[in-house]
Amino acid sequence: MVTAVVTSEGWPNVRDTFFSPDDFADAFPDVLDGFWLDVKLFLIVEVAVLALGLVIALARLSRNPALFPLRLLAALFVDVLRGVPTILVVYLIGFGVPALMLSGLPTDPVVLGGIALTLAYSAYVGEVYRAGIESVHPGQRAAALASGLTEGQALRHVVLPQAIRRVAPPLLNDFISLQKDVALVSILGPLEAFRVAQIEAASNFIYTPLVAAALLYLCVTVPLARLLDRWERSRRR
Amino acid sequence: MTAVLEIRGVTKAYGERAVLRGIDLEVDEHAAVALIGASGSGKSTLLRCIDLLEEIDDGDVLLDGKVVTDPSVDPVAVRRRLGMVFQAFNLFPHLSALQNVALAPVRGHGVARGEAEERARELLARFGLEGREDEHPERLSGGQQQRVAIARALATRPRALLLDEVTSALDPELVGEVLETIRELKSEGMTMLIATHEMGFAREVADQVCFLHDGLILERGEPERIFTAPERTETQRFLRRLLEAGRL
Repeated sequence: MVTAVVTSEGWPNVRDTFFSPDDFADAFPDVLDGFWLDVKLFLIVEVAVLALGLVIALARLSRNPALFPLRLLAALFVDVLRGVPTILVVYLIGFGVPALMLSGLPTDPVVLGGIALTLAYSAYVGEVYRAGIESVHPGQRAAALASGLTEGQALRHVVLPQAIRRVAPPLLNDFISLQKDVALVSILGPLEAFRVAQIEAASNFIYTPLVAAALLYLCVTVPLARLLDRWERSRRR
Repeated sequence: MTAVLEIRGVTKAYGERAVLRGIDLEVDEHAAVALIGASGSGKSTLLRCIDLLEEIDDGDVLLDGKVVTDPSVDPVAVRRRLGMVFQAFNLFPHLSALQNVALAPVRGHGVARGEAEERARELLARFGLEGREDEHPERLSGGQQQRVAIARALATRPRALLLDEVTSALDPELVGEVLETIRELKSEGMTMLIATHEMGFAREVADQVCFLHDGLILERGEPERIFTAPERTETQRFLRRLLEAGRL
């Protein structure tokens, strides 16, 4: 297959526009600068997603009849945000919220993009948490309550630690996915890696900066994936 | 003298299916009462209702003379005064034996960690688990796990212990060590309500045996009489079936 690519008619052209070492060296510092914004945004959004996702899962799992509206709201949230393409959520929030012109609402595209990603990913992560909590045998909750813990203590000290351990692999999988999707914020204008690369590409008619950006994403997602593999292996032992 | 536990006319149904159909029962201080009967007769449900893990439909449960099944009573405070041991142990798999025993005292009762762990060590040692404190449940045999669960139930110094078929999930050769533990508790005066399929054990340890059938206590009395001269045909049939299965 490699031979087919490098002997193809267009290969010299592709090589010069996508894989030029000189262009790579030129573009790399700017793209790297932009990439830090991705990393920062990823870390902050991830923490927010872990928190909001848990809130949504707990809301959906609440038993109290009085909390029915909350359950309904959480289910609706998950349905809508999981059902709409993430890029649309970023668009709608990134351009919709400032257009309301309400004072007090954020207008910074990075913040809005972060909020959009948080909402979209919380819907997924909330469902992962929910599956984890439901997989813990009801006898665990019963034993925790019987030993004199409150519902909240039983959840915190008995059910959640087991649930989270069980769903750690799918949670980490969503991490990796989020790390890539941070690039979607670029459509709102902030100069993150993809956006920087795109601008350089468009102004010089070369695509090498995009390759540089791709490599930077790989630098984070591949080690994350290996870490996940290793951790899963050690857990199985 | 008021009984430690008193159950008055307790009923419980799951949808259409009535599981408890009016149970009356008293457990005096230092007494051991055995609940026998076929699977599905309501033994486990009764224990779960007493520990407020299930809501009863009607009737009252009294602990030390006070009604605990009233909505105004905080169930957490009631459960702290009762200990429960489950058929499937239900140990917390992510915690060590010691942490299993010390969790509720530390998190639920606000006992200092050092003090709670010291008591947990004492309890585990007493049940022959010295040196196994830091093992997780999966590394312990079924008998050891159940003894950890008994230590966990005792860690909060309960008024009474509810035992729900605690040897039913054990390999036959491990049943003895768990029964020995309960025998010891009885000799120390622990008040106990014991749902069991071990008739020999019930006969030996219980002060009173209650035969549950279809959500009702059909017959009750001293173990000798129940096992040698049961009056009700249902009791006779139940015991005869056990005899034929070689379980008596």
